[in-house]
Amino acid sequence: MAPGLEQYLVLSAVLFSIGLFGAITKRSAVVILICIEIMLAGVNIALVAFSRFITPVELTGQAFSVFVIVVAAAEVAVGLAIILALYRHRHTIDTDKIDLLKW
Amino acid sequence: MGLQIAFWILSITAVTAAAGVVWQKNLFRAALLLVACFLATAGIFVTLSADFLAAAQVIINVGAVAILIIMSIMLTREVTRGSPANRLGIPAFLLTGIITAAIIVAVFKTSWPLSGAFPAEPTSSALAQLLMGGQGFELVIHMGALLLLATIIGAIVLLKENK
Repeated sequence: MAPGLEQYLVLSAVLFSIGLFGAITKRSAVVILICIEIMLAGVNIALVAFSRFITPVELTGQAFSVFVIVVAAAEVAVGLAIILALYRHRHTIDTDKIDLLKW
Repeated sequence: MGLQIAFWILSITAVTAAAGVVWQKNLFRAALLLVACFLATAGIFVTLSADFLAAAQVIINVGAVAILIIMSIMLTREVTRGSPANRLGIPAFLLTGIITAAIIVAVFKTSWPLSGAFPAEPTSSALAQLLMGGQGFELVIHMGALLLLATIIGAIVLLKENK
């Protein structure tokens, strides 16, 4: 018996929540980016599972998943560039110490 | 049956690796656990008969994104400081628990319009037909290319030394 849609969606929700928990609670900017990557992996699992079980011939979900991967790669490149630029100016990437925009 | 066993092994690996990223104090090990999580996700794509996406996941996320993250960990010397948590642990745990419970309840309450059709295999040619074959995705493909160009220029401008 093959695993059903619900199992994949629960796995996706669990991965998304673990990533969200890490993104909220971590102080290092690199770890926050890593946790956002985990959230995007969970979302991809949900999209591909919908594609497999609801539109198995049209593959619409997989097309969206391709775009999620593209945007995630772009986000990581720009995010890490911002982190390195921050480190160069302030010598820390601790998000509790980067509070320039906080009032 | 074999698919079920593969699903359970891969999903337990993915969830354990993701939890390890959150709990691990050593940043470098957290990045390696992210690689494990990505590989398990690629395996999950294989069990969903999405062969092209599994290959793309391995090449892009395991190959490129993980290397970028490990390089930036090295360059910022964050390994010596570890991965500290802020004071939001308990509220964040409650919030994510509520979100997970809400999603799981919604998943099991909804009656999905399941299709019994056999999935297209291999998916690469069908996916190419869908993305390039005049079904409304061409503009998005071009915007993706533009986004990648803007990303390259943006990363260069951000990291250029100002003299």
